[in-house]
Amino acid sequence: MHPILSRLSRLALYFLAWIPLAALLAYLLSATGGLSRREALSISLPLCLFYAFVCLSAWYSCRALPSGRTAFGKLLEVHVAAALVASGFWILCAELLAYIFTEMAIYPGLTGRLSRTLPILLGTGVILYLFSISFYYVLLAVEASREAEARAMEARVFARDAELRALKAQVNPHFLFNSLNSISALTTSDAAKAREMCVLLGDFLRRTLGLGEKSTIPLEEEMSLIHAFLAVEKIRFGSRFRMEENIAKEALAMDVPPLLLQPLVENAFTHGISNLVEGGWVRLDARCQNGLLSIVVENTFDPDAPPRRQRNGMGLLNVRQRLEARYADRATFNVRTQGDRFSVSLTLPAEREGRAT
Amino acid sequence: MNSRKDAKIRAVIVDDEELARQVIRELLAPHPEIEIVGECANGFEAVKIVTETKPDLIFLDIQMPKLDGFEVLELIGTGSAIVFVTAYDSYAIRAFEVHAVDYLLKPFGAERFEAALERAKERLDSKSPSSAVPAAELAATARPPAQYLERIPVRDGAQVFIIPVSKLDFAEAQDDYVALSTEGKKHLKQQPISSLEAALDPSRFLRIHRSYIVNLERVAKVEPYGKDSHVAVLRNGVQLPVSRAGYARLRAFLDR
Repeated sequence: MHPILSRLSRLALYFLAWIPLAALLAYLLSATGGLSRREALSISLPLCLFYAFVCLSAWYSCRALPSGRTAFGKLLEVHVAAALVASGFWILCAELLAYIFTEMAIYPGLTGRLSRTLPILLGTGVILYLFSISFYYVLLAVEASREAEARAMEARVFARDAELRALKAQVNPHFLFNSLNSISALTTSDAAKAREMCVLLGDFLRRTLGLGEKSTIPLEEEMSLIHAFLAVEKIRFGSRFRMEENIAKEALAMDVPPLLLQPLVENAFTHGISNLVEGGWVRLDARCQNGLLSIVVENTFDPDAPPRRQRNGMGLLNVRQRLEARYADRATFNVRTQGDRFSVSLTLPAEREGRAT
Repeated sequence: MNSRKDAKIRAVIVDDEELARQVIRELLAPHPEIEIVGECANGFEAVKIVTETKPDLIFLDIQMPKLDGFEVLELIGTGSAIVFVTAYDSYAIRAFEVHAVDYLLKPFGAERFEAALERAKERLDSKSPSSAVPAAELAATARPPAQYLERIPVRDGAQVFIIPVSKLDFAEAQDDYVALSTEGKKHLKQQPISSLEAALDPSRFLRIHRSYIVNLERVAKVEPYGKDSHVAVLRNGVQLPVSRAGYARLRAFLDR
């Protein structure tokens, strides 16, 4: 799109800008060619109007030869040649005008006087054309930097969105494989229980996949997802774990990002309870205070457990990143290890359906 | 198919989940030539049972309480054929580096299990020890790069000790063994000192002599000894010889 032609208001402004130039040209003509003020203006005004149009075309040659990607020598060559051609047209136009004025006997002898000003006219034409070239290059540069900024911004937003989607859609594959293995064991020993576990696992997966689409859910819904998860783990770990919940009633209605707490509970299993021969416990506390929802997930673990040969703490990192991305400094996230207890505390704004309480 | 009519294959199942052990038990049921001599749910028990029963075949989980599957293997040596059974596919390469017979990914079916069993029988029939290299050394080489040892499991009979490397004062080579010195006690482990050196973080542990690795935090001072050798004095008063090359390494470290 041509930056000036595309809008009428800009075009009007552009032509207005040429009026002082026409005045200046008129002054030059009368000073060097001895033209009267009226004669000079009669020539310079239509001449500038015509040249304003000619210079509009400079945009296209600028766009065809971007300054950054074309050798400077070539740029100079092409544009100076174009300027000379344009200027040639403008001299022709001036001569034609003078001829018409002379022939029509409006300004007798004008052609003769104008011919003395031809070198000045040629120079001015070249300079004006080159000036509009540089003007367009500046415009192009501004536009390019604005576009780059917009693209970078878009890329950032897109990357964050993609990351959040990926984080939310995450189901630990090892949880799945181990659960399937348990089902495989139960098929022969306890078919009814195998079916029950299939249903529980299906329920958990369906909820997980469905929640990934939502931006926030009430804590109560997240808790029921955790219960679905625990029901599966109960079959795998038997009596090796105990879950304690201590959730204030008003906290249940508060909004939380979906799948914020479930990874923490899962973490308590993979890094805590699964390493305890005698079994262990997970406790989840949630309450509202001073406009904040504070949640603590605590579990027992074996400080002497074999070091995980897998990347550690991805679940924790994800939760932290999601809190940061969504709430910035309005949320906190703390991890603490004390003896055989591991706890994650987090606070986030207590909101209900997007409104602060 | 049954080439071992007279001697049964004695097997041990190690997995912390009862249901996972149950699958293997069931799949072994149609094989009268295989006798399950033990089952256990964590790494310590595994070392104990294997030491006591000396099984031919071990089905070994990797993620377990107390000791993981590789640590168990490090302690029990390569006397038995090992089939790793795990939900994690990321250890497969390391499993074969320590000469595991097979690597079963949970969940697995009867067909896959039979194939693993066949491979185990072939291994046992050929009677070749899986490798002449000690298991500890294999486990050390199989350790992922850029991840240094954080703890050293050692075995005394059926008993297992875990030595966190931060508590290791120094290690001394003794024939095929290393003696690990910690809190005034010594634990013997079958492993060449060079493979232990390679597994330890070089910014915390230094080979100061052909036969000695020292925990740098424990070194109180280094004194000249004799004509052109030195001795390192530890905080607890123990003196360790420092070779010329060891002294150069020590200087390079201290100058840094």
